[in-house]
Amino acid sequence: MVDFSSLQEKFGSDLQESAFRDNRRIDVPVNKLFDLLSFLKTDHGFDMLVDLTAIDYLEYEGATDRFGVVYMLLNVGSGERLIVRASLNLPNLSLRSVYSLWRSADWMEREVFDMFGIQFDGHPDLRRILMPEEFAAFPLRKDYPLKGRGERHNFPVITRSGS
Amino acid sequence: MAVGLPENVFLTKLDAAANWARSNSMWPMPFATACCGIELMATAASRHDLARFGAEVMRFSPRQCDLLIVAGRVVMKMLPVLQRIWLQMPEPKWCISMGACACSGGVFDTYAVVQGVDRFIPVDMYVPGCPPRPEQLIAAVMDMQAKVRRTGTVMGKEFMTRDTPMGPEPFESEERYRIQDANLVQLGGFSAAMTAAGLKRGAGDHG
Repeated sequence: MVDFSSLQEKFGSDLQESAFRDNRRIDVPVNKLFDLLSFLKTDHGFDMLVDLTAIDYLEYEGATDRFGVVYMLLNVGSGERLIVRASLNLPNLSLRSVYSLWRSADWMEREVFDMFGIQFDGHPDLRRILMPEEFAAFPLRKDYPLKGRGERHNFPVITRSGS
Repeated sequence: MAVGLPENVFLTKLDAAANWARSNSMWPMPFATACCGIELMATAASRHDLARFGAEVMRFSPRQCDLLIVAGRVVMKMLPVLQRIWLQMPEPKWCISMGACACSGGVFDTYAVVQGVDRFIPVDMYVPGCPPRPEQLIAAVMDMQAKVRRTGTVMGKEFMTRDTPMGPEPFESEERYRIQDANLVQLGGFSAAMTAAGLKRGAGDHG
């Protein structure tokens, strides 16, 4: 088990811990995120990044920040799991890529970029992964309409005599 | 007084002969993107046996096919592919839109899913259902055969009259207003210029 107080000693008291059932969660400021993740990997054996995703907290009850980027870590040896979350706000949506720590971050960071428009500095190939290259919005943001802005209708029509 | 014919010779119209041949040897191009594709496979498999109707030769090259079966939802990233496949199929060719998603978008009324392939490619036969049972697809193939026998011509003249888009207008007026309103809302991190450029360039350009 990661001792939270030792993490707080190392990274400052603005780390926050919470729990839901058997999930341990740590909130960390963006500027300390990479150092914390790096430390968790090297000193606590979290050698697997299970998931990397983001949440848009727009109009979410009690939320103070717009976006939360969530890292789910696993120590394969001991089976310990840990969830790390960093908060981001417009217009400064960038944080450091963890591709150098876990290669599995590659496509997951691309997906977060594709869906939320969050930049990962240092990612080797940050392109859209699901939507077409020329798509001009970030569809999982809460202020993007569910039915889109007409992108799904923006195609040439082929008639029978014309084909 | 009819002309006497030798044995094993009969007379027919060239159109009817062509239709007879075409309708009994449909070569489907399976464009299976979702659960309808599983029903399409079941239709071709032994229990339902599409071979009984001469349409069992599924080819995965559009160059060898004359019946496009769109089975499943088509997303906006896939539609240019579908259109290209349709254009690559040699004449004469027909299209079956199989299932609720291919016909109308089904329950997937979201930003990425095309609301019916008939908005963008011509469709001859619609199969309702979510997914349709194999019997329904077989009925559609038989209806397709009947349509070919009824309307087909050797040179494909019946296709030339279909020069207007078949499906609903891509934009209904109500939706156009809603999209305009949505586009007025500027997203953080996106300039107005980028949004305009994205909508102008369009997803259809990368075909």
